[in-house]
Amino acid sequence: MTADAVIIGSGPGGATAAEVLTRAGWSVVIMEKGRNHLLDPDDVTKPAGDYSNDEIKFISRYFLGPDPLTEPRAFRRNAAEGEHTHVGEVNSIPTTVGGGGTHADGKVPRFREEDFRLFTTHGPQEGAAVDDWPIDYDELEPYYTEVERAIGVAGRAGANPFAAWRSGPYPMPPGAPMYGAVLSSAAAEKVGLHPYEAPTAANSIAYDGRPACNNCGFCAFFGCPIHAKGDPVALLTRAMATGRAELMAETYVSRIVTEGRRATGVEFIGPDGVTRTMDAKLVIVAGGAIETPRILLLSGMEHPALGRHLMCHFQTIVVGHFPQLRLHPHKGRAVTHVHDDAMVQDESSREAALGAGLPWFRGGLVEHSGGGLPIMEARHSPWGRGHAQAMRDSNLREKMWAFIMQGEDLPYATNTVDLSPSIRDARGFPVARVTYEPGRHELAASKYHGKILQSVLEEMGAEWVLHTSSPGVSYHGVGATPVPESRHVIGTARMGDNPDTSVVDRWGRVHMLDNVVVADSSVFVTSSGYGPTLTLVALAARAAHHLAGTKPG
Amino acid sequence: MPVWLSEQEYSTLRAACAQLMPSDQGAPGAEEAGVAEYIDTFLGAFSFDPPRIWAGGPTSGRKGGAAGFATFHRLSALDELAWRTRLEGSQGLPEREFNGPVVGLQQRYREGLAALGEDFGEVDGSEQRRRLQADDAFLELLWQHCCEGMYGPPEYGGNRDGIGWAYIDYEGDVQPRGYSDAEVSQP
Repeated sequence: MTADAVIIGSGPGGATAAEVLTRAGWSVVIMEKGRNHLLDPDDVTKPAGDYSNDEIKFISRYFLGPDPLTEPRAFRRNAAEGEHTHVGEVNSIPTTVGGGGTHADGKVPRFREEDFRLFTTHGPQEGAAVDDWPIDYDELEPYYTEVERAIGVAGRAGANPFAAWRSGPYPMPPGAPMYGAVLSSAAAEKVGLHPYEAPTAANSIAYDGRPACNNCGFCAFFGCPIHAKGDPVALLTRAMATGRAELMAETYVSRIVTEGRRATGVEFIGPDGVTRTMDAKLVIVAGGAIETPRILLLSGMEHPALGRHLMCHFQTIVVGHFPQLRLHPHKGRAVTHVHDDAMVQDESSREAALGAGLPWFRGGLVEHSGGGLPIMEARHSPWGRGHAQAMRDSNLREKMWAFIMQGEDLPYATNTVDLSPSIRDARGFPVARVTYEPGRHELAASKYHGKILQSVLEEMGAEWVLHTSSPGVSYHGVGATPVPESRHVIGTARMGDNPDTSVVDRWGRVHMLDNVVVADSSVFVTSSGYGPTLTLVALAARAAHHLAGTKPG
Repeated sequence: MPVWLSEQEYSTLRAACAQLMPSDQGAPGAEEAGVAEYIDTFLGAFSFDPPRIWAGGPTSGRKGGAAGFATFHRLSALDELAWRTRLEGSQGLPEREFNGPVVGLQQRYREGLAALGEDFGEVDGSEQRRRLQADDAFLELLWQHCCEGMYGPPEYGGNRDGIGWAYIDYEGDVQPRGYSDAEVSQP
């Protein structure tokens, strides 16, 4: 078996690379270790019909994978804690055809200009490898535009006063605002913030052969039953429609086979359990910022920067209780409004940073978000007499509103992904071990911006407000698990021009291997405070166009 | 007839679930919703073909579309390994013990229900609560499954006729109908 390119992973990065390369006439094979619950095998333009509004299936029973029994990860906060303190779920992103795009609620903001020039704009931070990217926003803008059109992004140009420049409007208008977000946006404006309609890869109108979202509410952590979410369905479908892409689900790549500076193909285990090899002129790795360094390490690659600088977005969670309201957060697209103010410095935040002994800090995108679903609510409600009434009152779902700030993580060399010395997956290979803890920057930014978010919920009329974070830290006292909940995993194979300090070059090509390209959020130099999906997709498109000698359009 | 538990165990389970989720001033409890049936079906998931792990899709038929939830998904070999290990435990089988022994949910329930005592259904409520609180880990497990059995899709054996959802004014799965823009944006 052979192909022009073997792509490891069918998530947003892999799907994008497949689409661009097949459009240019290449043949590609996409190897995905998870099952195909996304595309109808008889007609890839249609949903497989497996996704559903089912809290047990998706939340309790790992339908999208990975199952922590057969594909666990290990975790520790730092090396002083020993080999690991936790084994099981750690920052799990779906192991399934479509990867992380299947469970995301589809918020796809662009980065801003300064996100690519953090060192030049703000300067160094002690203990952190703050650096500029080897590319800038202007270079990436045409690719942002191309992929926004391809996956279908609903948004309103000009709505966000802090946004980077853009060469055209969004492909479609924003969808219906959620009732709670209407209220929280009004309150945010009253305290001087700038909320806007979240750029969302969920159709507000019929687009590209896929229907408009019908607001079923099963968005975050669920697959979309009607393919209103375009990432990465649209790109996979287009790639498959060329006839030049083969999708191999339940196919586990165990290593990239190399000879000197070149990969000759991949070794993989198929659904029949048999190990085989496929030759390829090019290997594209798109497993995400945890699985990508893992496969490179399993392939014998050694580099001082590989697996380092893991960033997860330190989440600040501020919750308000509104006893007089019914906010029905289960209707709509999970998050319809956001604001960027915490990404922008002002005199007050500069003073707060200096007061914390830091030269500067940045928070992250703030999502206006509601409570969970009934099983989730019930588990946090009392048992015994009064349970039914508590659920009917619904203090944790209908009467709760929240802000989640996806705070920028700085790149610390001590936050890493490596191979667990002892924990294996069901196929016998070492699993990824995550070593992660936030630094002073993340904690100080969280504390400062959390107070501002508290004031917004108080302005909205909250009876009480709670401020916590993920991972939990001691001063919050609640929800204090050290494993971060964020699925925004970033870094671990950073891009740069210097092969001694970076893993891949400005085109995503691994410095040490001439024909291996990384096409996911592993390559980010810094994490910004925006969800990584659109930027990783734009980078994957840019890398693939470079390989094919084509231009975005 | 319970699917996996013995009659005695099932009787204890029903009483335990009813203590955690009692029928209360017109509110449905675990008994009316079939929460114990949900748990017993889960423990005996591999008594069915396909196993009762993942209900199908994309619609249940309750808001239009076909009754797809009723046809459960087939499992891959890897799925089956995970779910048999989770339910049955590793049982000394090398293919299940690559990271060491795993105690299955079936054993945890068997031991947890036995610890509650064969007379659990006959003792008064305060004694039932005392016994339930004597084992935090089992109580947490049981509570998780009670919540799933009360508020999950009825196809899994609980939430009979959507009685759990109805009491909290929750519509459950809504595909293919969804919600109108006005329903999303208005109070």
